[in-house]
Amino acid sequence: MAEEIRNDAPLVEVRDLKQYFDVRTGAFKSKPLKAVDGVSFDINRGETLGLVGESGCGKTTVGRALLHLYKPTGGTFKFDGQLVTDKNIGSMRRQMQMVFQDPYSSLNPRMTVEDIIGEPLDIHHLYKSRSERHDNIMALMQIVELNAEHETRYAHEFSGGQRQRIGIARALAVNPKFIVCDEPVSALDVSIQAQVINMFEDLQAILGVTYLFIAHDLLVVHHISKRIAVMYLGKLVEIADADELNSDPVHPYTQSLLSAVPIPDPKTARAAKRIILQGDVPSPLNMPSGCPFRTRCRFATDQCAVEMPELKDRGSGHMVACWNK
Amino acid sequence: MAITDTDVNSKIQEEKVEEKVRENEEQAILRVENLHTSFFTDSGEVRAVNGVSFNLPKGKVLGVVGESGSGKSVTAYSIMQILADTGRVVEGKILYKGENILDYSEKKMNSFRGEKCSIIFQDPMTSLNPTFTIGWQLREAIQLHTDYKTKEEANKRAVELLKMVGITEPERRMKQYPFEYSGGMRQRVMIAMALACEPDILIADEQTTALDVTIQAQILELMKELQKEMGMAIILVTHDLGVIASMCDEIIVMYGGRVCERGTADDIFYRPCHEYTKGLLRSIPDVKNMKEKLVPIGGSPINMLSLPKGCAFCPRCEKALKVCLENAPDEMEMPDGHYASCWLNVKKEYEEEINAENQKTAGKEHA
Repeated sequence: MAEEIRNDAPLVEVRDLKQYFDVRTGAFKSKPLKAVDGVSFDINRGETLGLVGESGCGKTTVGRALLHLYKPTGGTFKFDGQLVTDKNIGSMRRQMQMVFQDPYSSLNPRMTVEDIIGEPLDIHHLYKSRSERHDNIMALMQIVELNAEHETRYAHEFSGGQRQRIGIARALAVNPKFIVCDEPVSALDVSIQAQVINMFEDLQAILGVTYLFIAHDLLVVHHISKRIAVMYLGKLVEIADADELNSDPVHPYTQSLLSAVPIPDPKTARAAKRIILQGDVPSPLNMPSGCPFRTRCRFATDQCAVEMPELKDRGSGHMVACWNK
Repeated sequence: MAITDTDVNSKIQEEKVEEKVRENEEQAILRVENLHTSFFTDSGEVRAVNGVSFNLPKGKVLGVVGESGSGKSVTAYSIMQILADTGRVVEGKILYKGENILDYSEKKMNSFRGEKCSIIFQDPMTSLNPTFTIGWQLREAIQLHTDYKTKEEANKRAVELLKMVGITEPERRMKQYPFEYSGGMRQRVMIAMALACEPDILIADEQTTALDVTIQAQILELMKELQKEMGMAIILVTHDLGVIASMCDEIIVMYGGRVCERGTADDIFYRPCHEYTKGLLRSIPDVKNMKEKLVPIGGSPINMLSLPKGCAFCPRCEKALKVCLENAPDEMEMPDGHYASCWLNVKKEYEEEINAENQKTAGKEHA
């Protein structure tokens, strides 16, 4: 622990991450779908980085590519100073885990809760005796506030919020330093969402875990994150401190995204001026040249069609990729 | 002398209140009274809706908010009479312009659906038929419910409707199939279809839940514009408090098949009088104070198969009283058309009365 505190290098360093999928467009033809195209970011120890964007922008793919659930097409990912490769990913997964969006399909319906939470312990050989395994599982269930008597139950016997707790306990089983949370609360009811969000925050305070928090609900992301990264069509367009991003968004996409969020406060909502984006997100198979957002952007110029702007620091870590701002 | 004065005053006031109620009722295009809807399943009767009452005034947007299983969608389906086979309205009235639609014949009901009242569903992909073109499906609705009976007329009207909901190149789009449309575009088609016969009431059941925020903003803006233009009343069923706050004039909060609280948007957001509403508002991030910790509602959502005897929210309520366990509270009017069903309000009123009386007697003793 003392070592970690001294070490102030970022825990997660992602450089130029690329993830392409081959999509068949004809009998013998295929075309790369650039789901993630050159994404770079850092996450500091004990920090939460929020990753937001519309569906199909590649935010989930980023999370999955980091854990090598897909084989990344390009780029590097350094975890705790160590390069993550195909060869060492098995052991690296002891330090990074994932919580999935859908608590209904991410738990095996034929396994009891005890086995679901115990599986990572089995895989990484983290116990010496049966009783140690059992004690570990009990401790984990207690951490996520599940009733220990329910260990022999199956996933279908739990409500959505409880299932998500099981998913969190499973991720925590190996005592990871880094958890990728892929839309962990979007399938839950509002009142249950708050329970799970609080749990994520408490766990971070106690265990010092680092999160990549992927979600589309900007209010939730703003609440939980220290910094927020905004993605559009496989590229990062802006990264900034959460409060700064919300009070002073620079990229035109971020501006319209934030103005589109329905605010749960009638007076603010009535006064709010929305920047309504025209049209839909272009198909990632048929990406516009240059900046991917230019087809819907109010400020687009000729330059935007030629070249993708780089993510540049505008001071105090506020990074923006835009020619005109 | 003084006594008769107050008598007269109170009489005048009573008359005024009655007049106001009458006015409200006349204005209300749809009135739901004590609606009970149950599903009869193998594991028993599921009381999805337990005595819901509300008025929908002409040209207003009414928001129905609640968690999954609160009965908000079933209420909407009961109005449209499109419940699953096992479901039935067991009690209550649904009055459209004074007529109880539950007494309608199947034929009359068919013309009520579509012509007087339309519904937009959550998932635009499953509510459009994938094997027919968009034009065909729009034409079907138009020919069935309106006076545009020939194919050419219906086609013309369909193109008009697509233009109205902001679809570019409508003539070309008519010939396409649902899979060639994006999610937002499909939702626009659904809106066009629902508005084909210019209904008086439009029910939107979680219509933007499946969409991205930027597309959701487009659709909500479109709904607002169309509502201004055509003046229909909208029932907006959703769990998203943000959508409710930005769209609705009046709001109903539902839990466990009952109405917890109803009132204007400001009543619900700034003067909530039911513990569930308060809890709901505390459990979403506060825009003004983002880093403040959320206060969740404890426990799990209600199991509709075994409803508690008293107040449905009682098992999760921090301030529950003994009476909450045994008896479901009646609706009580907070000032000005703001209603809440919570024993705590009854208790508060009672305590205030006692306090006032105590002060009176104390004052007399002093004198």
